[in-house]
Parts: sequence; structure tokens; C-alpha cells
Amino acid sequence: MIEGGPVISAKNIWKLFGKHPGRYLANMPAGKTFDEILADGYIAGIKDVSIEVTRGEMLVVMGLSGSGKSTLVRCFSRLHDITGGTLKVDGQDIMSLSEKELIALRRSKMGMVFQSFGLLPYRTVLENVAFPLEMRGQDRHSRRERALEMVKLVGLEGREEYFPRELSGGQQQRVGIARSLAIEPDIWFLDEPFSALDPLIRREMQDEFLRLQGLLSKTIVFITHDFDEALRLADRIAVMKDGTIEQCDTPDQIVLNPATEYIRKFTKDINKARVVRAGALLLPLNGPLPEGGAPIPGEALIQELGQVLVNDERAHLPVADKSGAIIGSLDRRVALNILLGIE
Amino acid sequence: MSVVSITPKDCLVTQFLQTRIALCILLVAFLLAVAKPVLPEILVRVPDWAILPYDVWLDGLFNFVKEDLGLLYVTRGIAAGLEWPLDITANLLYGKRRWPNFDPMPWAAVAAGSAVVGYYLGGWKMAVLAGGTFIWTALIGQWKLAMQTMSVLVIAAPVAAILGLLMGITAWKYSWFEKAINPILSVLQTLPFFTYLLPAVIFFKVGPTAGAVATIVYAIPPIVLMTALGLKKVSPEIVEAGKMSGCTRWQMLTRVYVPAARTEILVGVNQVIMLCLAMVVLTAFIGMPGLGAKLLAMMGSFKIGRSFEIGVTIVLLAIMLDRMSKAWVLKQPQHFERGTPWWQRHIFLLGTIAAFVLFLLAAQFVQVFDHITRLQSLSRSKAIDGAIKGFLNIDAIRAVTEWLRWFLNVKVLIPFRNALLWLPTSAFILIIVAFAYWLAGRREAIIVGVFFSIVAATGWWDRSVITLYTVISAVILAMMIGIPSGILASRSEKWSKRILLGCDTAQTFPSFVYLIPAIMLFGVNDVAVVFSILIFATVPLMRYTVEGLRTVSVEMTEVADMSGASRWQKLRTVQLPLALPTMAVGFNQAIMFAFFMVIIAAFIGTQDLGQELQRTLAGTNLGKNFVLGINVSLMALAFNTIIMRWVRNRNAALGLG
Repeated sequence: MIEGGPVISAKNIWKLFGKHPGRYLANMPAGKTFDEILADGYIAGIKDVSIEVTRGEMLVVMGLSGSGKSTLVRCFSRLHDITGGTLKVDGQDIMSLSEKELIALRRSKMGMVFQSFGLLPYRTVLENVAFPLEMRGQDRHSRRERALEMVKLVGLEGREEYFPRELSGGQQQRVGIARSLAIEPDIWFLDEPFSALDPLIRREMQDEFLRLQGLLSKTIVFITHDFDEALRLADRIAVMKDGTIEQCDTPDQIVLNPATEYIRKFTKDINKARVVRAGALLLPLNGPLPEGGAPIPGEALIQELGQVLVNDERAHLPVADKSGAIIGSLDRRVALNILLGIE
Repeated sequence: MSVVSITPKDCLVTQFLQTRIALCILLVAFLLAVAKPVLPEILVRVPDWAILPYDVWLDGLFNFVKEDLGLLYVTRGIAAGLEWPLDITANLLYGKRRWPNFDPMPWAAVAAGSAVVGYYLGGWKMAVLAGGTFIWTALIGQWKLAMQTMSVLVIAAPVAAILGLLMGITAWKYSWFEKAINPILSVLQTLPFFTYLLPAVIFFKVGPTAGAVATIVYAIPPIVLMTALGLKKVSPEIVEAGKMSGCTRWQMLTRVYVPAARTEILVGVNQVIMLCLAMVVLTAFIGMPGLGAKLLAMMGSFKIGRSFEIGVTIVLLAIMLDRMSKAWVLKQPQHFERGTPWWQRHIFLLGTIAAFVLFLLAAQFVQVFDHITRLQSLSRSKAIDGAIKGFLNIDAIRAVTEWLRWFLNVKVLIPFRNALLWLPTSAFILIIVAFAYWLAGRREAIIVGVFFSIVAATGWWDRSVITLYTVISAVILAMMIGIPSGILASRSEKWSKRILLGCDTAQTFPSFVYLIPAIMLFGVNDVAVVFSILIFATVPLMRYTVEGLRTVSVEMTEVADMSGASRWQKLRTVQLPLALPTMAVGFNQAIMFAFFMVIIAAFIGTQDLGQELQRTLAGTNLGKNFVLGINVSLMALAFNTIIMRWVRNRNAALGLG
């Protein structure tokens, strides 16, 4: 799924909240901690973060409340102005954009979904979905057509004339999603879109979301505080704490090789067999192929391989990619330990 | 409010110090009072030579602005601009001979049209209220008077609402504007209405235009505040959703902020309408024809029956306007299924037009639908007059009212007034400063001291003290009635609801009508003044007592119950302390209402600032009018400052937002 150059590229970006953040950052000695900055009367929303988001990738930013994840996505969309560093969207320095250019960028390339939906209460479902189109001056007929299409896409047909308060939470967020997709954005920001929903509905919406992503293949920055949700959806996960990114890697790697003690705590109670794929444990092929038997697919989860792992008696199992070519081998004991939850 | 962390210990220490200092100030005041015979003259009263001719200076200033700076041309221009729509409504509503020279709209058509609008806004009840009010007005023979009043209202209210909305948006957008305008708004809200009237007459033409201008200025403050508040409260996610949809600033304001703040803005509109009605009625004092003028004339000649009927009309109009505009606030948009035909989507609009046209046509053939003649009117003013006067003449009733009058006058009011007047000015001011220090703190004590010193320096001290005495005595009496009955009512859900509804309704009545029962019972004298203020001030006291007690959290009362508190203990130790800040808000409102009412009561014949103010209306002495008005305003603001600071401190200490 990952192809092309970075859509968003952040280099050493800072976002400080306080009286004179710009002046403070310019005079600040390097290496101050979050708490030291706090003691000076500033809050480091984003602290020296560098990250790239590749075209078509789904990056999930995970962290507890106050970790700076929402601030980060608001910097990407320039709802917040960053205090320092450079931030490029589609190769363009976003901080150098004039108000007009910024509005044009949002009207053509960006969509955003909000935690509490952010629906305009005095507009119907259809009018909410058509709102961004109306803002960019699209004519009434074509925006209505497009909005109807979007409403259908998120499965709210027949509710077009309802007002937000007449819908359930899950339905309201479907409207939020439809609105954010109406302009066919390249970049899709989702700020904890499912956090305000009940667990059952949340699961349903995640499935719906995966279905949409399968259809649309957008570049996505998805914010969540739910580690399970992150593991379920992400191509890559960036874990944030106190305004910095502790680790940014694939779900496999985060679970298998947590970079810090903080992340280890998160991963401790996770059933790794449900996250790790055979491909992630790949050992290079040294010499001959492991003996006989069919190879196992690299994209299979360890959990799905349970029966094979228990019944097969070889120490190393061959692993094949999608085309069927052998790409390496799997240490059966390592995989079994993961399956059984042995550290 | 910013988050202030006050530890209980800090609180106790400052509280203790505050009380100490307040007591010291009080002691000085006491010594000054005792030493009155030997005090230098300047401490007893500000001597004549020290009173500067502020009114002359102000007059000079006003004249300079008016003549030399040419403000008069501007205002006359505005007046001409306002006169045009006012003439149109006057023609349409009561047939004033102006362009477009139509016949006045038949009352039946107006009643039918508003009944449909009422049904749209609030169902059958509202339809009956809207239609019924107009039917009553017509049948009782007051249609023309009511339409004279309405013709100004229908222009003044929208203009005030639009100006207020624009000012509110500006205040929200530019904090310097908000900072500049807030003190002006609080002065405007406490300024006695006479001070609105005279400049209106001088700068604008006498008659409906001046009335409309005074009404507009008077009604603007609340919507400015409500608009700014509503815009500040729009949820950040809605704002961000707007930004991410690529709104320009103009689109953000018109498509996101203002619609999202709809509720607060409409609450502001409701207040504008009610204040407009209250003021339009009062413009009777500058000769504006209509319900107010008639009421003024009828009360002046003690025609109780007619006064009563006009009072009912005004009250009905007030209730109708209030309920309709509140229903509009609550009205949520309803969705129509796709493919609903146009006429079905606009059924109510078409219905209103149809009802109006139907009765318009009917009125061409049936005279009663067009207008009610004198003979057809159902007015029973003579009979009511007789009944009320007969009732008051029953020996028992008369004995009671006369005893009450005698008792209040001789035993309470006059001794209290004489005591206040006897006090040396310096001691008086120090007592108030001590009071402010004790309740609010140093900053408020200084403010209050300055305010009252200004009042003393203008040379209107005795009149001001009389105003203050009337206010204080009426509010104390109101507390003795309002608070216990509020406490009683709060015991049961049913009665709380009734009292709240009754008080909310009573608060929408234009203050003028409160004079009617007072005059009915006590005739034209001092006691009637106190009595009218008393009823007016009891309403907020009762309302906030009930509200304060009812909103004490259930958990708190359950704690008291489980600790085995008796009903009285629960009230004393749990409910009252928690309800006190809310009750103080009611107390504050009662005082503000009292200051407002005491000025209106000038017309009954008081000896206070209001009386002097009313006299200025006859002339063109704008300077004097302004000095008097500011005096009233300063005294009211002093109380407002003390009480609201205390409420904030108290709420912070209790951790109640």
C-alpha cells in the first residue's frame, strides 16, 4: 500500500502554548524537558517532533490525553500554527501559506473528522455534508448530487433531511465522515473519531472505516487513545508522550520491540499473537531451504497459524510472500512463545 | 472566571482581617455621627461653596456637542430616517394619515394572523394566547391605543436587535471594544429611564421618533452581552469543522458562528422585546400616545377601572410577546421527507396569509371585524371602578389599609428616613464603605466610597438619601415577604414550579403596571410608592430563593437526612448556606428593580431624585438631568458591585463554578 514520496513531512516541529511562545523557543537552551518548560510557564504541546507520512499510508497517532496527539494533527492541518520547525504538506511549507492559499488547500485537499462530530446543529444531514462544497462555491445542483452520493456511501440513505440531534452518535459520526470526504480530499485527518461511541458501535464503525479505506485509499492520519484500535487499523503507529513521539513503527515492531519502558507498559497486556504476522519474525535464509512441507503465508497472524505451529515438528518453517516465493524462515519456538504469551 | 486557588486557611485569614477593618471603619462612622454637633460643617454636608456647577458645565458640553460639533444635524438626520418606517407602521396599524395612506388593518385580521403564527410556534395554547390577546384588546376598546404602542415597538425592537447583534459581534471580535463598552453598558442598565428620555427629546423630534430612540438605546445592552456570550460559547470543534471546510472569515461568521449561537442570540432578542415594551409604555412621560399615556392619565385622575383594564391589556401583550419569542428560541427545525411539495413546507406561512386575507375581506362586509365602536366595546370600567372603590370602602378593609398606612408611615418609614437624613454625610459614606469592605473587599470598598463621594459632591445628597431610603425600606419589606414564602414554596415540587412560573411571568410585565395595585390600595402617597416597589422587588427575591434552594444537590440534602438533621437543621446548616449566593443574585436584582421603580414612582409624588428628574423633562436642562441620572446610576452600581463580588467570592469558596 505504501508508495510515492511523503505527503506530510515534519522536521523538528514545536508547538508551545503560553504568553510569548516564539520568543521563548528562540532563546531556549536545547534539551529542556517537558516539566522544565512547564515550570517556565509554557506547555509543550509538540516537542521537537519529526515524522513523515507517506502517500496512501495510514498513520495512527496513539497516546493518552494530554500527550499532544490532537495538537499534532491540528498542526498538520494548520488549525494551530507551529512555533518552530518546518512542516511541509505536498512539498509546500504550510506555514508560508497566506490565508487565501490555506483556505484553498483545505477546500481541495484536506478532510477532517472530529471526536464530538462537530456537526452544525442547524443544518440537515445533507446540508452538513454539502457544507464544504458550499463554502468553495460549488453550484447547488452538483453539491447536492455529491452530498447524496456521500450520504449513500456511509449508509445513511433516507436520513438526508434529518437534523443532527435526530440521529444516534454512530449515525452522527457517519455524517462527519461523509462531510470530510465530500471534497475528495487527498489527506484525511481523523481526531479520535470513534472515542465518543459505545464499544459495540465503535467496533462496527472501525469495520466501516476499513471498508471505506479499502475503497478510497487515502493518506490518513488517525488519532486515538485506544491501543487496540491503533493495532487494528494502522500501517504505522506513532506513540506520543509529553509532546514527543516515543516510537514510530509498524504494529508488529511496536509489540515485539518496544523502544521505551513506557511503550512496554502499553504492550504488556496485548495478545501479541493477534498483532504479529509471520513476516515480522522472518529470519534470513542462510543456505538451504528448510525441509519439505508447504510454506506459510507471510501476512498471516501468528494466531491464525496456531494449529500449524503446534502440529508441525520442524524447528524452522518456510515463509512465502503473496506471489508464493519463499522469502525466509520462521523460528517455530519464537512463534510458539508469542502464541502462548511467554515473554 | 479564572481559576483562583484559595485554600480554606487563606480564606479564613482574609475574612477575619476584612471583618476587623470593616468594624474599625464602622467605629469611625459611629464616632462621627455621635460628634455631629461639634463636627466641622464639611463633614456633615458638603457645603454650598464646594458644590461646583456640574450641571452648567455639562449643559455647556452638551450644547457644544449639539450645536458647534453639529451632532444635532446627525441626530435630526437619524430622526428623519426613523420617522419614515414609523409613519408606515403608524399608518398600517392605526391609520395615521401618512404614506402609504391605507386604512388601518382590521383587528380581526391581525388577531387571526397572529393566532396562526402562535400555533406554529407553540401549538394550541399559544394560538389562543396570541389570538385572545388581540381579541381582548379590540373588544375592550383599546385597539387604537395598543396599536399606537405597537407601531413604535415593531420598529424599535428589530432596530435594537440588529444594532445589538452588530455590537455584540464587534465586542466578541475585538476585546478592546468589549473592554470599552462593558462599563458603558452597566451604566446604561442602571441609568434611570428619565435620563434616556430627555436627551431623546432634545436630540430627536418630540413624539414617536424620540420615543423610538429612547426605547432602542434602552433595549440594546442585554443583546450585546448575550450575543458576545453566545459567540464565545460556540464549541471549538464546530469552529474547527468550519475552518477545515475552508470557510473564509465572512463565511465563518455568517454560516458557522452566528447560527451556532442562535439560542443565546434569540434569548437576547426576547429581552430586547420585553425591554422595548417596558420602555415604550414609559415614553408616555414625553408625550408618546398609546397605552402608557392613557394609563398615566387614568391613574393621575384616579380612574381605577380604566387603569385596571389598560393594565390587563399591557400585561397580556407582555405575556404574549414573551411566550412567543421564547417559543421561537426553543423551536427546533423540523425535517420534511424528500419530495415534500413547496406548499406543504410553507404551510404555516400560507396559513397566516390566508387567515389574514380572509378576515381582511370579512372586515369589508362586517363592521365589527373592522373596528369596535365605543358602544360595542365591552369595557366595564365604571363597574370595576365602583366595585374596587366599594371594596376599599368596606370598613374592615379600610381599617386595615389605613392602619397599615399609618403604621408604615409613622412607625417605620418616617423615623427611618429622618435617621438617615440626620446622619452626617461622612458617617453615611463610611458606613457603606464598611459594609462593602466586610462583604466584598478593599477594591469594592474604594469603588463604593468614590461613587458615594461623587453623589455627595453633586449637591443632591438629601434627595439621594431619600431615594436610597425608599429603596432600602422597600427591599427589606420585600425580603420579609419574598424569602419566607420562597422557602415555603421550595418544599414542594408543585409549588416551586408554580412560583417560578408566576415570578417569571410577573418579571415580564412592564414596571409601570405595578403602580396600579399600589394606587388602588393606598391612593396617591408615600406608602403606595413603597408598596409598588415592594411588589416589584419581591418577585426576584422569591424566584431566586426557590431556585437557590431547589438547585442544592440531592446528595447534599441526603447527607443531611442521613446525619439525622431535622427539617429546620437541614435548612439552616445545609440548604441555606448553599443557596445563599443564588439568593444574593435575587437580592441584587431586587435592589436594581427598586432603583428603577422608585424613579417611576416620582409620578405619584415623591421627594427624591426621581421627582427632580421628572421636573427636568419639562425643560431643556440636560446637564441637571444627567447629573441626577448619574447619581441614581452610581448608587445602584455601588450595590451591584458589592453584591456580585460577594457572590463570586462565595461561589469560589463553595467550589460552585
